[in-house]
Amino acid sequence: METVLFYILGTITLASAFCVVFLQRPIHNVLFMIITMIGIAGLFILLHAEFIAMVQLIVYAGAVMVLFLFVIMLLNLDQLRLSHDSRAARRWVGVVAAVGLLVLVAPIFRAFTPRGGTGTLMLDKAGQISNTEVVARELFTTYLLPFEITSVLLLAAIIGAVILARKRSGKTAKG
Amino acid sequence: MVTLQHYLFLSAALFTLGVIGVMFRRNLIVILMSLELMLNAVNLTFIAFARYLGSVEGQIIVLFVMVVAAAEVAVGLAIAVTVFRQRGSINVDEVNLMRW
Amino acid sequence: MTDLVWLIPVFPLIGFLINGLIGRRFPEKAIGWIGTASVGASFVVALFIFLELICMAPDSRSVQKIVYTWMLSGDLNVPIGFLMDPLSMIMMMVVSGVGCIIHAYSIGYMHGEVGFRRYFSYLNLFVFNMLILVSANNFLLMFVGWEGVGLCSYLLIGYYYEKKSASDAGKKAFVVNRVGDFGFLLGMFLIFVTFGTFNYTEVFGAATEKLTQGGTMVTLITLLLFVGATGKSAQIPLFTWLPDAMEGPTPVSALIHAATMVTAGVYMVARCSILFAMAPISLTVVAIIGGATALFAATIGITQYDIKRVLAYSTISQLGYMFMACGVGAFASGIFHLMTHAFFKALLFMAAGSVMHAMSGELDMRKMGDLRKKVPYTHWTYLFGTLAIAGIFPFAGFFSKDEILYYSFQRHEGFWIVGAVAAIMTSFYMFRSVFMTFYGQSRVDHETAHHIHESPPIMIVPLMILAFLSLVGGLVGIPIFEGLNRFGDFVAPVFAPAKAIIEHGAHHDGHHSVSMELILMGVSLAIAILGLLFARWMYVSDPGVPERVIQKFPRLHKLVYNKYWIDELYDFLFVNSIVNFSRFLWKAFDEAVIDGIVNGTGAVVRGWGNALRWIQTGLVRDYALSFLVGVLVVIGYLVLR
Repeated sequence: METVLFYILGTITLASAFCVVFLQRPIHNVLFMIITMIGIAGLFILLHAEFIAMVQLIVYAGAVMVLFLFVIMLLNLDQLRLSHDSRAARRWVGVVAAVGLLVLVAPIFRAFTPRGGTGTLMLDKAGQISNTEVVARELFTTYLLPFEITSVLLLAAIIGAVILARKRSGKTAKG
Repeated sequence: MVTLQHYLFLSAALFTLGVIGVMFRRNLIVILMSLELMLNAVNLTFIAFARYLGSVEGQIIVLFVMVVAAAEVAVGLAIAVTVFRQRGSINVDEVNLMRW
Repeated sequence: MTDLVWLIPVFPLIGFLINGLIGRRFPEKAIGWIGTASVGASFVVALFIFLELICMAPDSRSVQKIVYTWMLSGDLNVPIGFLMDPLSMIMMMVVSGVGCIIHAYSIGYMHGEVGFRRYFSYLNLFVFNMLILVSANNFLLMFVGWEGVGLCSYLLIGYYYEKKSASDAGKKAFVVNRVGDFGFLLGMFLIFVTFGTFNYTEVFGAATEKLTQGGTMVTLITLLLFVGATGKSAQIPLFTWLPDAMEGPTPVSALIHAATMVTAGVYMVARCSILFAMAPISLTVVAIIGGATALFAATIGITQYDIKRVLAYSTISQLGYMFMACGVGAFASGIFHLMTHAFFKALLFMAAGSVMHAMSGELDMRKMGDLRKKVPYTHWTYLFGTLAIAGIFPFAGFFSKDEILYYSFQRHEGFWIVGAVAAIMTSFYMFRSVFMTFYGQSRVDHETAHHIHESPPIMIVPLMILAFLSLVGGLVGIPIFEGLNRFGDFVAPVFAPAKAIIEHGAHHDGHHSVSMELILMGVSLAIAILGLLFARWMYVSDPGVPERVIQKFPRLHKLVYNKYWIDELYDFLFVNSIVNFSRFLWKAFDEAVIDGIVNGTGAVVRGWGNALRWIQTGLVRDYALSFLVGVLVVIGYLVLR
């Protein structure tokens, strides 16, 4: 059962990702991206990470992608046609490099047997304890400090985004 | 039987697709999206490991990655908007004032 | 008081530090008097120690005081120590006493000069170094003072550094000195190799054991040391710097190039009297060079018109006398003449300075004449100095020069003849300078004539003090009559070992014939008076004579007037080749190789930069590509390992 689901979800995700990269119109890219996100959320659930899956759907698919859509709509980018790419040849080098990376890393996976682990996922008690509780248990004890710091990070990002995207009066750049 | 290897292959493939997207596309927005794709691939890897190792640390890291990704997208899109306003184009090749 | 001997050099050092470091705001008077007082304080301390020494028994008049151990390394032990014996006390008193007088004179002479403070700082530094030189108890410390006075000489000769001739002269003095110093150093090295120590008492005490009488080692050591002496004391062949040194201010000439620094060579030879006594060959060399220099310089002095040049050549000549004295074994006489020479030569230079002061800086005697009524004090003091140097009884020079002539005669008649001829020339050219400057018809041009005035008391009083000393200074060394030769008796213990060695090997019987001495004294006096009369004839009675003589011997005159072309000879032999070699090194090596390397490095960096800048395309995606390639490389390395 799990295998079947994995293959279905995997195929969907991979196909959508392919479309994200290779389709021309930005709107199409965004929509297929959303599908990819949902696929990945499904895979998360398959991997006993229900809480994370929900967060993925809410944050990524729900907020981040919508933000992308907003920007595309705002700037009316869908209609833009880009001039001919004069440096296409160079890009192929990049592609080759990326595929090369994949090829390089693949053999490792074969021989890979995971070891170690702290047993904090508590898979054996999957019935009694929800994934949310498991995550929370670790997040608010051992990883409390990083958690707080991310809030500072978000603050910084907010301020940065607001300042950057402000419409400036005239062309003078402020501080 | 789905092993860890399956998931790792899948995320590697997604990651590679993301890299190709960053290299190939000239539209700034699409580049940012490919970036997101790469981050998602990484998230998948982490969760897979969390599952097969039986520790929840992987999931917690994924949470943090998501936070960072969200912040990065916000700022990145703000920059894209600014660039578009200044230059009227979203073509990344035209943002080359720092050339020699 | 002997414990405080270190104060003697330290006082002028303090003067130097005060004037040099913080004296910028001081008024002239303060600077001048600080300098003078510091040297005066040294003299007082030296005087006290001298009196203490006199109270001791003659045989034990040698006190050492070690202040600090400077170097301690294996066998080498060099202390900062002072030796107080008759020889060094005499030197210290002469240096500090005459030095103090000259400092006072300088306050007046250098009045209004821009570099007043610099002058006094250097002068104090010089006295410090000179006192170290004469009071040291080991060769290395003496060498420190030796080098120090060379440095100060350079600084002071080049005092008017904006004038090219002055700075050239300073450079010349230093470089020629250096050549001599090289010989000195080699001599010191040999001393260390032989004795294992630099300490005077140890070296001289062990001299008879470690060295063979007349052997190669001792001859080599003494000859090398003497090379150093020729450099410092301007003997043949290293004398060329002294006439040029007249570019410096006149008090500098008085102090350094008359009374003190140039006498360092004589002091050194006298100090090493035992070593020289053990090397008869070297002694002869010293005597011959001394005599030759005395004669040689005297001939040049006859033809010069610049009053300071005349005095410079006269100094070289008198130093020759001192070396000749040491060379014939009369070390005490050499030192005696050193002392009297300090008095009258300093006097002569300072009086000449007073003349220049009156004549608004004019040096050429052909433009002077009949000044004696206008600058009476200067005239009388200069005359006293001349009487002393010519050796006219009872002035100081008579006694000291006469002693030298007597001992030269005892050694070999040839030396006496050389000495006598030089003496007549000395008398002649010195009185020539007197008559040309102060007597006869006035050849002064009108402008200068208006400004002629006597010098201020601050300059006249030192002149009078030295004139007095030139008159009575010789009376401490009256020969013949027992007990009146206080000087000779005082320093005798220092030279006793040397004298013993010389007398031991002497072939002739050194009988001290009284009649012989009286006869020679008479001859010396006659010679001096002869010179005086000759000069008077040529320059006062019949002023046309010099012209006629020059016309009769034009080529000879030209040769002598141009100092026998020695400077040009040295230029041709040594200086030019070195200059050319340096120029070659500059162009070929310094410019091509070294600059090439430095510039080349820059060019290489620039080239690389040029090549690498193409990477910065400014395109984001290119940078991303570089990231990717980098990641690939790293992961590839880790995977394939």
